[in-house]
Amino acid sequence: MGAQTLYDKLWDIHRVEELPDGSTLLYIDRHLLHEVTSPQAFSNLRLAQRKPWRVDTSLATPDHNVPTLSREQGINGITDHIARQQIAVLESNSREFNIPLFALDDIRQGIVHVVGPEQGLTLPGMTLVCGDSHTATHGAFAALAHGIGSSEVEHVLATQTLRSRKLKNFRIRVEGRLVLGVSAKDVALYIIGTIGSAGGSGHALEFCGPTIDAMSMEARMTLCNMSIEAGARVGLIGYDSVTEQYVRGRPLAPNAAQWDAAVDYWRTTLHSDADAQFDQELVIQAEDIAPQVTWGTSPEMVMPINGRLPTLGMARDALQRQDWERALAYMDLQPGQALAGLPLDRIFIGSCTNARIEDLRAAAEVLRGRRVHDRISQALVVPGSGLVRMQAEREGLDRIFKDAGFEWRSPGCSMCLGMNADRLSPGERCAATSNRNFEGRQGKGGRTHLVSPAMAAAAAVAGELTDLRSL
Amino acid sequence: MQPLIIHRGTIIPLNRANIDTDILLPKQYLKSLESTGFSNFLFDDERYLDPGEIDTPIATRRENPAFILNQPVYREGSVVLAQANFGCGSSREHAVWALRDFGVCVVIAPSFGDIFRNNCFNNGVLPLQIEQSLVDALFEQAEAQPGLQAEVDVAQRLLSVGSGVWCFDLDDGRCQRLLKGLDEVGESLQYAAKINAYEESRRLTEPWLFRS
Repeated sequence: MGAQTLYDKLWDIHRVEELPDGSTLLYIDRHLLHEVTSPQAFSNLRLAQRKPWRVDTSLATPDHNVPTLSREQGINGITDHIARQQIAVLESNSREFNIPLFALDDIRQGIVHVVGPEQGLTLPGMTLVCGDSHTATHGAFAALAHGIGSSEVEHVLATQTLRSRKLKNFRIRVEGRLVLGVSAKDVALYIIGTIGSAGGSGHALEFCGPTIDAMSMEARMTLCNMSIEAGARVGLIGYDSVTEQYVRGRPLAPNAAQWDAAVDYWRTTLHSDADAQFDQELVIQAEDIAPQVTWGTSPEMVMPINGRLPTLGMARDALQRQDWERALAYMDLQPGQALAGLPLDRIFIGSCTNARIEDLRAAAEVLRGRRVHDRISQALVVPGSGLVRMQAEREGLDRIFKDAGFEWRSPGCSMCLGMNADRLSPGERCAATSNRNFEGRQGKGGRTHLVSPAMAAAAAVAGELTDLRSL
Repeated sequence: MQPLIIHRGTIIPLNRANIDTDILLPKQYLKSLESTGFSNFLFDDERYLDPGEIDTPIATRRENPAFILNQPVYREGSVVLAQANFGCGSSREHAVWALRDFGVCVVIAPSFGDIFRNNCFNNGVLPLQIEQSLVDALFEQAEAQPGLQAEVDVAQRLLSVGSGVWCFDLDDGRCQRLLKGLDEVGESLQYAAKINAYEESRRLTEPWLFRS
């Protein structure tokens, strides 16, 4: 066999059968479930009198619509009765079908994409799926991971496989050292700004190069998480000693008897061959990346904090010009204006992109000894899991956030998509560490500026978008 | 799943790129436990002047008369025409359920979000990918003639609008699934023995993935 990319290898290892319809039956090693995209799949299983193929490999946890306040009473504390019912149904489905569950009152509950890696549920070389587009996060572990729809959730539950079609390969190499104040989030936004929100469509992205090698696993997860915002379902990073150190000792990591064999297999298998061919390649210089902030309603509408919005004349065609005009009107911004100094109403630090312990540390570092500006009506910090929250409290980060004027909440997706009570009001402007600035994403009429955790903290202090390097 | 064989319907022209699944169906409707009943919530933020929740009686909502789906000629529309990257963003299949429930059988665009495209095929909706130049030409026609009809023949892979007829690409497997409205799970379970054999081999090569 010729030289292969990491994606090619993962694909080949998981092939069960080539089907007559031209798709491939791909074996799925791990399946994460949450309350929003699974109820219809369970209902259909029940209707067809089917059983899950293999339950020991799944995990369910509520995250999308859980409240981030009043969690002491567990599910009974949820005042939104429709949300409460959806979470109750996840619990009853998990019990009925014997699927392991981290319930609302479990310290391990959290955003699926934070919980999976934290528990060692996410392991190198796996295929992993979830009814959520940010499943690409787990690709940081050299695992083939992507989001699926509810019909596919049902298919995986019933057959432990997916009917898949092979993607093309797109390698993004990042060289050099990131400048001070620039994080993985900025790298992700910069890449999306470079290739566009459909630039990765039909491709598996593989991130590599010295800048990626130097990143922690949490930073790599942030980067892979945003692949879908560049149109790519899959984002991957090859296995190395950083991966190994992160996985070692996790609750569901291979046990001591199997560890050496697992590491040996991962080390020899999970990387692209030196002469592997990619369908597309891009090389980026880390030094070119300044702290990023989005200005529009697609993550590709992004710019350096010290720059200016494009003018309409810079649009590549009439259609883009029209999309920019629509975005500018929605965001209440003018072509060519600067974003630094733009007043804000709210701050959101959280989401599967940026709610891990390193994200909270980065934000707290900026906030230490400082106060949230009077203009900010609400500054939220929502840890990604109960264990992240506990770790942060152990380090005293909660005190730094609270002393600065942030609200210290319980884990969930929260204001990233505003399914729970954490939402923007029409016209409100928010600096958010989440992943989507779509119209209405954080609440109907809400205006989202995507930034890194440190930039969100700096914005909270300044009461406006600001270059954290100037604080 | 309803078979899709030949479909004729009014084109709904949405001349924008990057129409994401949050726009197609906002988050508050994802609290539903069902996979039907989303028709009234398609494009909710743009379709109504007031905010809605899943239990808001629809009769109390105020329609936005400027929005295309509220214009009489498009209320029964069933062929969406849009620009690039339609259905990007969230994996929510609810977005496709809302389109299907509204009566949309075909979405024509130069490109689609990858997850959205799969979700369409799993619900008997055809994501019809055609060249940008043809999309632009269709917009010109559809915007000049509100109520313009399109006909899609899935078996022949033909799109007809006015006097124009164009071929489109669709692989055999997906074509057959649309034509027959096939249940994919039942079909895949015919390979149960192969899946079992595969699992047994993986138990040997990567035993740490199996705890029992």
